[in-house]
Amino acid sequence: MAPLATLESVKVRRSTHSPLLNLIGLAIVVGLLSAAPWIVSQSLASILMNFFILVTMATMWNLLAGYAGMVSIGQQAFVGLGAYATLYFAIKGMNPFVAIPLAALVCGAIAFPVTYLLFRLRGGYFSIATWVIADTALLVIGTIAFFGGGTGHLLPGLSNLGPRALTDAEYLATWIVAFCAILGTYLLLRSRLGLVLASMRDNEVASRSSGARVTSARRMVFVVAAAGCGAAGAVLAISQPFVQPNSVFSLQWAAEMIFVTMIGGLGTIEGPIVGSIIFFVLQQSLQQQGAWYLIIFGTVAMVVAIWQPRGLWGAFRAKFHVELLPVGHWVREAKPEK
Amino acid sequence: MIWVNVLIQGILVGGFYALFACGLSLMFGVMKVINLAHGDVAVVAGYTAVFLAPQLHIAEVWSFVVVVPIFAVAGYVIQRTLIQKSIDRDPFTTLLVTFGLSVVIENLLLEIYSANGQSVNIGSLIGDSIHVSNVIYISYISLTVLITAIVVLGALQLFLSKTGTGRLIRAVADDREAAQLSGANYRHIFGIAAAIAFATVALAGIAYGMMTEIAPTSGGINLLYAFESVVIGGIGSLWGTLVGGVLLGIAQQVGAQINPEYQVLAGNLLFLIILGVRPHGLFGKKTAFS
Repeated sequence: MAPLATLESVKVRRSTHSPLLNLIGLAIVVGLLSAAPWIVSQSLASILMNFFILVTMATMWNLLAGYAGMVSIGQQAFVGLGAYATLYFAIKGMNPFVAIPLAALVCGAIAFPVTYLLFRLRGGYFSIATWVIADTALLVIGTIAFFGGGTGHLLPGLSNLGPRALTDAEYLATWIVAFCAILGTYLLLRSRLGLVLASMRDNEVASRSSGARVTSARRMVFVVAAAGCGAAGAVLAISQPFVQPNSVFSLQWAAEMIFVTMIGGLGTIEGPIVGSIIFFVLQQSLQQQGAWYLIIFGTVAMVVAIWQPRGLWGAFRAKFHVELLPVGHWVREAKPEK
Repeated sequence: MIWVNVLIQGILVGGFYALFACGLSLMFGVMKVINLAHGDVAVVAGYTAVFLAPQLHIAEVWSFVVVVPIFAVAGYVIQRTLIQKSIDRDPFTTLLVTFGLSVVIENLLLEIYSANGQSVNIGSLIGDSIHVSNVIYISYISLTVLITAIVVLGALQLFLSKTGTGRLIRAVADDREAAQLSGANYRHIFGIAAAIAFATVALAGIAYGMMTEIAPTSGGINLLYAFESVVIGGIGSLWGTLVGGVLLGIAQQVGAQINPEYQVLAGNLLFLIILGVRPHGLFGKKTAFS
């Protein structure tokens, strides 16, 4: 062992290619998506809005399952609570757009104590318990007359904008939330927490015995994912804008975010985005056929989980060694200087 | 007197929850996996009973004689193919695959049979009940389901403790590799456990169709109740599951008595309280939580 020598003989880099290329590409995509409502048709812009909401949810679920190993089938709890937090602030007279970050904070604050109950269960029992939490949240919200009980309530405070300005503002809100979710995940995974998560994924016992705070890392991830899903719920409420408990707390949100992430690539930042693109292409082409898009998507997700567990992006990355948003390190042997 | 009735109805429905849950418990105990499509298997069994019995010219009441063996075979086959493939990856994959299966089954049923409920026709039996007093009724079908649950749990307990196959199942549950070294084919044993789990949940699904209406979405909510019964009673204890189911049933009936909207909520609250103060359940071993 000669650690000093290895420092000179290997190079450790995050990117697989020049980071400058990544930055330029990213800037173009971000610029185009920000200007989209003024470039593309209104119907495409509204599909993009739903796309961003799904990307946000899937990115959060990927953080939970792909990086922290927690299979939650109850994230719709926080989608719904985010929508209802926005509704609460809007009824109290706040601008719904201003309420988005507050709704995320509320969801994070609710998730924190909930983890102390959920983390008593592991694996499959944890999964069903998250569903119980979602069911409980739905039932509690349904009994509150202030929110209109089971029939729901119209989100107030959106009528002071003109129809065109409103759709533009809605588009930008969903886009910014999705962008923040992806950027936040990226930064989180490159931080110290990301290191703990990676060590935990590889070997939890070894990670614990090396002093990594595995449980608090999990808790942190759960709270962040709840806040992210809360923000998704908030923009969902704004885009609907009639907030109804059975729709915002629907298990369908969980199904979509899970399938999208599995097909796109679990444990990669790009995966949920790739999966969401495929999902919307399929949904748009099968929209006359009722729930068949979900049946096909679910079947494909099962096949992918068994035979290609890293998903489409994972397979692509393994073949071409390309990463758009690198969070790991590549170790390469350096060529001799002379 | 109303509260005595609440207690009795809670106990009756609790038997059903235990019948629904014992397969879930067994699969977790033996294979360490949760079948998230467990509830949907019950729904498919209910639908099979409703639509297959007329084809075979048998009364729907007796449909379980045909449907339960079919589901036992289906359980063995699905375990040996789909679920075993996922277990070979890791338990994590099993959750994803069975969740996918659950959503696919539910939406297929919605597409084919619509969201309307179906009932298993049991003729006049549905309305018959024992009148204990003018507020207490014990319906024959609920009582039959409770007795069935007790018989099934007892038979399962006897099977696991007294028969050779039962001992093999327990051996594989304890230590898969050691059992395999001693000559047990653990994949086959897994298949048998899944066959039992699918058979019991098929029976529960048909019972549900007899007691009330069964709809494509019934699977999920009954999986929740079954799971709550298991955790309240204690993971890994068959009779604990029965007690858990009864307590859950009573909590739901008490909630419904206060306000019909609180029925399910009261059950969820009992579950969350037990999870908070006694996470290993009433009769569970602490070792279930490593």
